[in-house]
Amino acid sequence: MSAERRPLTRRAAAIGGATGVYGVSFGVLSVAAGLSVAQTCAMSLLVFTGASQFAVGGVLSAGGSVSAALAPALLLAARNGVYGLSLVPILRGRLGRRALESQLIIDESTAMARAQPDPASARLAFLATGISVFICWNLGTLLGAAAGSSLGDPRRLGLDAMFPAAFLALLAPQLRRPGAPAAALSGAAIALMLVPLAPAGVPILAASLGVVPGLWWAHRRAPREAPET
Amino acid sequence: MTWAALLGLAAAAYAMKAIGPVALGRRQLPPAVLETLGMLSIPLLAALVAVQTFGGANRLVVAARVRAMAVAAVLVWRRAPFPVVLAAAAVTAALLRL
Repeated sequence: MSAERRPLTRRAAAIGGATGVYGVSFGVLSVAAGLSVAQTCAMSLLVFTGASQFAVGGVLSAGGSVSAALAPALLLAARNGVYGLSLVPILRGRLGRRALESQLIIDESTAMARAQPDPASARLAFLATGISVFICWNLGTLLGAAAGSSLGDPRRLGLDAMFPAAFLALLAPQLRRPGAPAAALSGAAIALMLVPLAPAGVPILAASLGVVPGLWWAHRRAPREAPET
Repeated sequence: MTWAALLGLAAAAYAMKAIGPVALGRRQLPPAVLETLGMLSIPLLAALVAVQTFGGANRLVVAARVRAMAVAAVLVWRRAPFPVVLAAAAVTAALLRL
């Protein structure tokens, strides 16, 4: 391996290690929300997109129905579609290969690929980060689910308070985008107003309308920032 | 959570990832659609934070979770590591319920 590639794979391994710890948290919370250890592990292997997985556990543990839990999980997964579109230029193998590599499209692998100067290192960054996160996320999930099922009453341990904390930690780095604070505040306000009126899950779904004020705010400011974009 | 629902979610999540590399090839969606989809996660996560912090069964409650979230928010703002944020929220809520 060439010298310039080594820091790249080292960073990929570090990102993997960090998401492994998220994986442990997900395993604990998912079991606390009532999923079995096998279902929790299957979710990390097959769904493999953290925010959606946390959303399922969050809505189920708050008493929401399965369909109420799936809707926000699907909407959160939609951003991976956008990532996939942005990765088309660097995922250029045969169909079967592209189909396999698609499963690795997540926040971390996309961000690492986008940070590279040329397509070859972008491809390496995508694969190294994606594989490293996949392995660590799934090992972490298994550990967390196994430990979580022997913990006892999740409420007494305060585990329910971990869900909003996890969502806040996932949200915070995204708030620097133009329009993001407006989108976040409107989403939260819409959801809170609907909690007393609508069945669980619906307030979260309706909150997606928060993109409207978010986009309006981003475009209101667009003329001044146009040269950068 | 049934296995059917779980596998359905997995299939849908995969389909969204694969739209670009497998189905669309070189064609691209309009920029306005991309921008909207890209921003979708922000109000959703904010709503999850709000509802999970204040939400009881069909009403808003101010309980241990709200104070746990205040602790978590300070830690997120101070850029504490993810596991530290989660553990602090859990410990705060657990202590308040003793």
